[in-house]
Amino acid sequence: MSQEWPLWEIFIRSQHGLAHKHVGSLHAPDAEMAIKNARDVYTRRNEGVSIWVVKSADVSASSPGEKEPLFEPANNKVYRHPTFFPMPDEVKHL
Amino acid sequence: MYAQMVDTGAKRLRTLEELSPEERAFQERIDADIKIEPKDWMPEGYRKTLIRQISQHAHSEIVGMLPEGNWITRAPTLKRKAILMAKVQDEAGHGLYLYAAAETLGISRDELIADLHSGKAKYSSIFNYPTLTWADIGAIGWLVDGAAIMNQIPLCRCSHGPYSRAMIRVCKEESFHQRQGFDIMMTLCRGTPEQKAMAQDALNRWWWPSLMMFGPPDADSVHSAQSAQWKIKILSNDELRQRFVDQTVPQADYLGIKMPDPLLKWNEERGHYDFGPIDFEELYNVVKGNGPCNRDRMRARIEAWEEGAWVREAALTHAAKQAARSKKAA
Repeated sequence: MSQEWPLWEIFIRSQHGLAHKHVGSLHAPDAEMAIKNARDVYTRRNEGVSIWVVKSADVSASSPGEKEPLFEPANNKVYRHPTFFPMPDEVKHL
Repeated sequence: MYAQMVDTGAKRLRTLEELSPEERAFQERIDADIKIEPKDWMPEGYRKTLIRQISQHAHSEIVGMLPEGNWITRAPTLKRKAILMAKVQDEAGHGLYLYAAAETLGISRDELIADLHSGKAKYSSIFNYPTLTWADIGAIGWLVDGAAIMNQIPLCRCSHGPYSRAMIRVCKEESFHQRQGFDIMMTLCRGTPEQKAMAQDALNRWWWPSLMMFGPPDADSVHSAQSAQWKIKILSNDELRQRFVDQTVPQADYLGIKMPDPLLKWNEERGHYDFGPIDFEELYNVVKGNGPCNRDRMRARIEAWEEGAWVREAALTHAAKQAARSKKAA
C-alpha cells in the first residue's frame, strides 16, 4: 500500500473578484501539481485568473465550540456600524 | 438516483424526546436549516450514511465516464467529439468535488476507492448498461443527466455544508450535459428515417433504467424517513420520479419519439402522467452486480487504478526529492 498524495486547499481569484476565495480541495504530490490539477478541476469555465494552493495540514481553523467567546463580543458593539448614529435629514455629506 | 438505496442504519425514526442532548441539539440545528460543517459534532449514523451517500454519488460520476468514454473515438464529427470530451471531463471533476466532500467526514480517498473496487460501495445502476450506438450518448445526456439534475437540485439545500457546496457546483455545470444530449437527439430525429429509428431505439433501451435511477418505490424504502429527517434527502424517490416523467414526456413528443410504455397517459385529475409498473427486480439485480456491464466497469476501474500506481508513486518520490534538494540549498 503506497502513501496517499497530500490534500491541498484551493483558492481562486475570479476575473472581477478582489480576493482569492476558497473553492474546494484536491490531492496532489506537490504545490506545482496542485496548481495544475486546480486548473483542471476548478477553472474549466473561466472561473479564475489566479490560483493559490495551501496544504490542508497547514490551515489552522477556529473551532465551532469557540464561536461564542470569539464572536459574541462584536454583537454588543453595534456602535461600530454607522447606522447606529441617526443623522438629521438636513445635514449632508455624512 | 446517483445514490440509490443508501443504508442509514435506522430501524425506525426516533422522536426528539428519545434523542440524547447532543443528538437533540444537532437535530434542532438541522430543523433550523443551519448547515453542518466538518468540525461540528454529528451523530455516527449521520456521518456513516453521508459517507455512503456521497461516495456512491462520487463513484457514479467516475464510473459514469466509462459508457460515454466508449464513444469519444467514434463521435460523428470533431465538434461532437470535443463536446463529449468536455462532458466526460466534467464528470471527472464532479467525482472529485464529491470525493473531497466525503473526505471531510473522516475517510481517506484510498479507502473510498478501495471500497468501490471491493464492491462494498455501490454506484448508480444506470452505468451498468452498454452504449451500443451514438444515439445512446444523446439519450444519456437527455435522460440520465436529466434525472441526475432532478435529484441534485434539491440536494443543494441539504444539511451537510460540503455536500451542499459540491452539489451547487455540479448543478451549475450539469445543464450543459442535458442540453448536449437533447441536441444529439434533435439532430438524429431531424435526420434520415434510419437516424430517427436509432434515436427511438436508444429511448426504448434507456427509458426504464432511467426511471430505476430514482430507487425503489417509497413504500419499500426503509431508510428514506431517517434521511429526510437529517435533510440529506429532500424529496422522495416517487416524487422525483413523477417529476421526471412529467418533464420528459413533452420533450419526447417534441422529438417525435415515444416512451416504450403502453400505459403512459396524461391523467387530467392528478395533473400528472400515469405510467406502467417498473420492473424493480431488474434494479435489485443490477445493483447486486448482475447488470449487463457490471464486471466490465469494475475491471476497467481497477485496471486504471493499478496501472496508474507507479505514476502516483513516482510523483510522490519526485516531490520528496525536490523538497529535500531545496532544503539543502537553503
